[in-house]
Amino acid sequence: MPTDENKNKFEHPVNANLDHSPKKAMLLSLIPGMGQIYNKRLIKGIIIFVLFAAFTVMMVEFIASGLQGLITLGTEPRIDDSRVFLIEGILAIIFTVFYGVFYYFNIQDAKIEARRIRDGWRAGTVMENFRNAWDTAFPYVLIGPGFMLLIFVVILPLLFMAFLAFTNYNLYNAPPRNILQWVGFDNFVRLVTIGEWRTTFFSVLSWTLTWTFVATTLSIALAMFLAILTNDKRLKGTRIIRTVLILPWAVPGFVTIIIFSALFNDNFGAINTDIIMPLFGTSIPWMSSVMWSRIAIIMIQVWLGFPYVYALFSGVLKGISDDWYEAADMDGATKWQKFINITFPHLMFATGPILLTQYTFNFNNFNIIYLFNEGGPAVRGQSAGGTDILISWVYNLTFTNSQYSMAAAISLILGLIVATFAFFQFRRSRSFKDEGNF
Amino acid sequence: MSKLFERMQKKQFTRKQRSKIEVGLIYLIIAIMFVIIFYPLFWAFAISMNTSSNLYTASLSPENWSLDNYIWLFTNPRSDYLLWYRNTLFVSSVVTVVTTLLVSFTAYAFSRYRFRGRTYGLYAFLLLQMFPVLMAMVALFILLNTIGLLDNLWGLILIYIGGGIPMNSFLVKGYLDTLPKSLDESAKMDGAGHFRIFFQILLPLAKPILSVVALFNFMAPFMDFILPRIVLRSPENFTLALGLYNFVNAQFSNNFSRFAAGAVLIAIPIASVYLVLQKYLISGLASGATKG
Repeated sequence: MPTDENKNKFEHPVNANLDHSPKKAMLLSLIPGMGQIYNKRLIKGIIIFVLFAAFTVMMVEFIASGLQGLITLGTEPRIDDSRVFLIEGILAIIFTVFYGVFYYFNIQDAKIEARRIRDGWRAGTVMENFRNAWDTAFPYVLIGPGFMLLIFVVILPLLFMAFLAFTNYNLYNAPPRNILQWVGFDNFVRLVTIGEWRTTFFSVLSWTLTWTFVATTLSIALAMFLAILTNDKRLKGTRIIRTVLILPWAVPGFVTIIIFSALFNDNFGAINTDIIMPLFGTSIPWMSSVMWSRIAIIMIQVWLGFPYVYALFSGVLKGISDDWYEAADMDGATKWQKFINITFPHLMFATGPILLTQYTFNFNNFNIIYLFNEGGPAVRGQSAGGTDILISWVYNLTFTNSQYSMAAAISLILGLIVATFAFFQFRRSRSFKDEGNF
Repeated sequence: MSKLFERMQKKQFTRKQRSKIEVGLIYLIIAIMFVIIFYPLFWAFAISMNTSSNLYTASLSPENWSLDNYIWLFTNPRSDYLLWYRNTLFVSSVVTVVTTLLVSFTAYAFSRYRFRGRTYGLYAFLLLQMFPVLMAMVALFILLNTIGLLDNLWGLILIYIGGGIPMNSFLVKGYLDTLPKSLDESAKMDGAGHFRIFFQILLPLAKPILSVVALFNFMAPFMDFILPRIVLRSPENFTLALGLYNFVNAQFSNNFSRFAAGAVLIAIPIASVYLVLQKYLISGLASGATKG
């Protein structure tokens, strides 16, 4: 530190004000605005003080009652609505966090400015100061509206869901008729210990993972195969071929899934009546057998999912220099060796992170499960259908069984799994982060 | 076929012949893919042109095709198709305008300003983008129910806008990052204010990406089924996707041809837009994230 001060002293020998103490400014700032006044920024200090005072006076009661409500969740059934208490509690937490952040910034600001004054900086005229403040505040003004909306529409529901997972909100214990209670980790414990919940949870979880892995990997494999085929230079009309192969991506998914669900219908679906029956003399129970439903759903997802990856791969393949292959030909490499050593690494390197998002997408691919046969067929001894994945099970628990707390608990587990994926995403964006590459 | 392979293995073909067989095989595989891709689409189209509204008796031959189902959708007093169309248009328009505006603001700030908390903000956006709004559906349902926005188009609009902000911001920010900074710096030298630089210099340059974002947000409500399903309850509030689903859901085989007709009318414009803009959409999405 002494070297620093020496250097600064050297640079600003005239204006330096060694008596001006950043520490004092920080301490004074514990009452917002005072530090700024100490820095001789009277107007700024007064504005900060008034804003903080107004916020404190207005919000203190709301925050206090909100936090208290979050603890009790209400006391009188039919009068106190636990849901409202939860929402107000979460809002109170958000406001408190805001308050804390601004408080911290206020202290930091006083400290930084005091340090600059000590080193010889002088505040300009009121107009200049005002313009500086506007320059600093401008990006926040831009982000403000979007950020606010994000907080209320995305963050608030996510927090609400997280809190819900620790209450006992279900069909028989629903506000405003009843008061909710905090039950700690009960829902999670029940999920893995109580017979029916346990079998359902683990069978749904294992199918979700299998589904994610098989459906996505198959789409990627098919996409890769077709991309390599259509990259062949001897082929004519590649433009039309490419366009047709991308077509399934362009048609709205919900339309095609409903069409497929009619095509696969056990009794009158065209796949049974026109293809399977004439060929094999029997029909396949696509909708009513768990195994066949799963096979059908995976096939449909491959149909829906390969074009996007195919388009990505095609783009990458076009960019691989011919030199690689010519050199390989010189060495007498086989087609397979060229694929393993040149094509495959190129594709993976260029698209790896995006392929990862394909897995996350299928992990939460509610549309296909629900629109094909609503997660059916029913399975004996468990409360989810044979093709239900976690997210469609959550849907059923919410809208059919009104098991809100349990649904929230499962959503939270879902969120944890997605967060693990997100972690890998983070690492890739860190790796080529360096501004602008997000 | 098997003889062919045998001969190929024994290298009884010249190089030229082998190449021809290879190309032929590739064309064969592509032809099979074409059939697999077109079959369901053509089937749906044929059903939509069928006079019989029943799947049992529907025939695929073009002999007795008619536009009855399409006419029914637009003229029959029992058809809500136009109403759903209006609802969807309303939702789409509001979402498009508000999202494009908000997103260009946030993207501009993240791209051009270095401010305290910027990195945290970017990380927060990146993280939120990973969690689909759908994951919080329990909470959304209860929240909207509590504040009385369930079965209300405004509730749907709010969720669409909020949920789209992180991803769209990244798309636009990525594009703005590619525009040279010297442009706005020289404008700043000339004394242009923040808003002026934004509206007169960056916004016109960012038109391509903003159009894509606008188009994307405009089309999303036409294709989305789940959120309307969670939020909307009464048929007069339905959006197109939800309404069409109810055609098949209510009495499966009976209304399928009407569903097909309505679906064709949505699918053709949307698919055309996607195919025309495919390059843009695929590379843009790849640099931002994937469509949820």
